[in-house]
Amino acid sequence: MTRGLEAQLSGQVGTLTLDVSLTLPPSGVTALTGPSGSGKSTLIRALAGLTRLKGQVRIGDETWQDEGVFEPTHRRAIGVVFQDAGLLSHLTVRGNLDFGLRRAPQPHTIRFDDVVDLMGLSGLIDRSTARLSGGERQRVAMARALLAQPRLLLMDEPLASLDPESKALILPYLQALHQSLSLPVLYVAHDREEIATLADRIAVMRAGRITSMEDHAGVPSLEGRSRAEIEALAQAALDAGFRPRVRS
Amino acid sequence: MLEVIWTTVRLATVTTVLLILVSTPVAWMLARRRRWWKDVLGAVLSLPIVLPPTVLGFYLLLALAPQSPLMALLHPFGIRSLAFTFTGLVIGSMVYSLPFAITPIRNAFEAMGEGPMEAAATLRASPLDAFCSVAIPQARRGFASAAILVFAHTVGEFGVVLMIGGAIPGQTEVVSVRIYQLVESLKFNEAHLLAAGLLAFAFCVLTVIAVLDRTGKAP
Repeated sequence: MTRGLEAQLSGQVGTLTLDVSLTLPPSGVTALTGPSGSGKSTLIRALAGLTRLKGQVRIGDETWQDEGVFEPTHRRAIGVVFQDAGLLSHLTVRGNLDFGLRRAPQPHTIRFDDVVDLMGLSGLIDRSTARLSGGERQRVAMARALLAQPRLLLMDEPLASLDPESKALILPYLQALHQSLSLPVLYVAHDREEIATLADRIAVMRAGRITSMEDHAGVPSLEGRSRAEIEALAQAALDAGFRPRVRS
Repeated sequence: MLEVIWTTVRLATVTTVLLILVSTPVAWMLARRRRWWKDVLGAVLSLPIVLPPTVLGFYLLLALAPQSPLMALLHPFGIRSLAFTFTGLVIGSMVYSLPFAITPIRNAFEAMGEGPMEAAATLRASPLDAFCSVAIPQARRGFASAAILVFAHTVGEFGVVLMIGGAIPGQTEVVSVRIYQLVESLKFNEAHLLAAGLLAFAFCVLTVIAVLDRTGKAP
């Protein structure tokens, strides 16, 4: 059986003491949630090799980090979607998509045209990144991350900076993504609708530790469902131990 | 007169190209994480802004003269002195304009932040790759400002070239020094011509920088 992600990471970052043990199956979306400052973004950065913590990170048969081993970020087959998209402003949409694809080793299992179709980007491809809406930026960021041929997809609140309308527009793309991918996805989110729509499993983080990890009851499709039904699904997630941050 | 203008343009071009090459890695180092010694280094590299050009020229003259320790190092290569040579003038101009090259490039690198470099790393770009394919293109306006400032500053320098250049026609005699000599010998008409040319040049340079600044800020 192929192994997914196995990570044990610990260390001090600012005032936060992180001590995490995390195992993800080879595919499926794990929502990572918990209060602000609990270490979710730090964990994402540490898995990406952007923040250096002690411990081990293994994905399948590859070791990214262990005693005496620390693969730098550019040697890890990751896709990262940042909260602010992190698009390269001097390149067009196509330039951004090509950036990781050109550097990824052959053969490319995730193909350019497929991802452009999946994310609905064909009309935007030659546009400057400055002329994209917030939702479009995030779609480009997700497509770009996928084209880098990752073995692990990390998403740090990709929808947090979007207004509710843009969020509603982008969720179907994420759902399509979820259904077509076979790699582990760690998805930081607060929003119950996002979690209800996307997550197979929910991990809750508090004060630098993962305090609970539960399977989400199936992946409910939002298609044809009313708002009330979605809310009910989110309630089910809450009952399963998920505690969202209260937004003011 | 054309010879003087040619020497000036040649000096400014060579100085600009070499100084941008030297300043880029230094500006990058200064723009990354803060360390106390970087502030000290930054202050040393900014000294040419506040030093009188004659003071700078005097020390450069000592350094480039035959008996200096620097020249002693170059003796094995057959170089005995660089004072009153075009090469010496290029070295002097580079030292004199150093802060004008480093500051805009450093500011552009700092304004970029860590984000683009981290994004590039997650897309499999090595640090050197990311530096060439992300940092340099994103800082292009800083490079343009630096190149324009260094070129203009070199064209306009007077004290340093007078001290270490010696105004040898065809080699080290530049426009600003020629104007001085023309005025001394009361040839006001010729002086007018060159001075008005430099005035127009300076005006054009500032206009270009203003336009660059504005397009840089546009969304």
